[in-house]
Amino acid sequence: MRVPGYWRNMSFLYRLAGWKCVHCGAFHHYKPVVCRRCRSKEFAQVELPGSGRLIAYTVVRSPPKEFERCAPYAIGLIELEDGTKILSQLTDFKENELRDDIRVEAVFRRVRINGEQGIIEYGYKFRPALSQS
Amino acid sequence: MVKLGGVAIQGYGGYIPRYRIKAEEIGRMWGQDKSGFPVAEKTVAGIDEDAATMAVEAARIALRRAGIDPRRIGAVYVGSESKPYAVKPTGTIVAEAIGASPTKLAADLEFACKAGSEAMAIIIGLIRSGQVEYGLAIGADTAQGRPGDALEYTAASGAAAFILGKTDHRAVAEIEAWSGYATDTPDFWRRPGDKYPMHTARFTGEPAYFKHIIGAVQSLLENDGYTLNEIDYVVFHQPNVKFPLAVAKYLKVGQEKVSPGLIANSVGNTYSACSLLGLVNVLDQAQPGQRILVASYGSGAGSDAFVLRVLDGILEKRDLAPKLAEFIENKIYIDYSTYLKLRDEILVR
Repeated sequence: MRVPGYWRNMSFLYRLAGWKCVHCGAFHHYKPVVCRRCRSKEFAQVELPGSGRLIAYTVVRSPPKEFERCAPYAIGLIELEDGTKILSQLTDFKENELRDDIRVEAVFRRVRINGEQGIIEYGYKFRPALSQS
Repeated sequence: MVKLGGVAIQGYGGYIPRYRIKAEEIGRMWGQDKSGFPVAEKTVAGIDEDAATMAVEAARIALRRAGIDPRRIGAVYVGSESKPYAVKPTGTIVAEAIGASPTKLAADLEFACKAGSEAMAIIIGLIRSGQVEYGLAIGADTAQGRPGDALEYTAASGAAAFILGKTDHRAVAEIEAWSGYATDTPDFWRRPGDKYPMHTARFTGEPAYFKHIIGAVQSLLENDGYTLNEIDYVVFHQPNVKFPLAVAKYLKVGQEKVSPGLIANSVGNTYSACSLLGLVNVLDQAQPGQRILVASYGSGAGSDAFVLRVLDGILEKRDLAPKLAEFIENKIYIDYSTYLKLRDEILVR
């Protein structure tokens, strides 16, 4: 990701924060000029909940070059507590812990390192929740 | 001696990564198949963790306990000797990640293992002078130990965060007094661009660790009129299990006052987070009215000693976020080859 794009997405990548259309409820990663769904121009700033449950996952063993260091890693489809569905890398798991419906929670991690000199891109990943109850 | 009053911990948080390597596994690699390792096991940061990510995790826990709007935090100071950027503050990353951005001040501090406690001392001054309403002090490190070096058994990863503000009825613990003791003592250093630190083996004990911690503690006790009988818990920097117990013995402090804050055997030496994580573990169990003495140590060398009095707010806030013991128990053991991968010692081209 180029630096300006990373910087513009920072509040979403760091805090799952974005803009919700006041009229139709569509969520936008950063404040748009008009809502992509209903063309409204009114938005409220919101933070998505940082916990939810794992709906499905897959383990990546042949990663793209930029994620080679992390292989094998998992990608999960997560339903957050407010019903929002989100795709995310999973982290800090034993493979036998990964199963559908476990509780997961957002953590702050390095997502991508751009070589020896480029920027370090931080963002959310999800881990199995400390408490499964 | 700096007499305080009026400044308190409003929220605190400790974070350690999930991965552990046992000292005997490191010993197996280097032919040291013997007992008497400095710690039993140590934490290892995940492949996607660094001092900034752990600082954020600890800060989020502290914020949950503080229960304040993060935009009221005016200063974020991160003490670390493993900051992810040589130039670019970790403090701004933390502030953005917890919703405190823009802050008035955000900087990184380095004083080996005591940069986190130094951050606390600076923020105390900013609050007392009215420059900021709340300040966030963090110690965070992914400590480096050269493969095969004695430090490899203990150099660990973790972070501790404290949100300080004025004392009120919701405060966790008031910082009653602190004192510092720093001299030019070359016991441990790392030159620019070097990956691993150098140290002077046994020289790190008597003229370095012991002299500075005892110097800071004695000046605090003498100048502020405390006696160790008034202190219920004592936390010293813990590069291993032996050193803090030796200081306690010298100061004639019973082991029952040291044990609650002595976590090195299961965590290792988390450098800037080390003594502060001991404090977190004590706050997780202390009762209102009890007093805690904390003394950090940073090579190079110096020590900051604090006396804290636990307040009623601890009872309401303690259970608002995970305790350190939950992170200590939630672990995944790794072997030495996985350790090398997580520590980025395997060259992938």
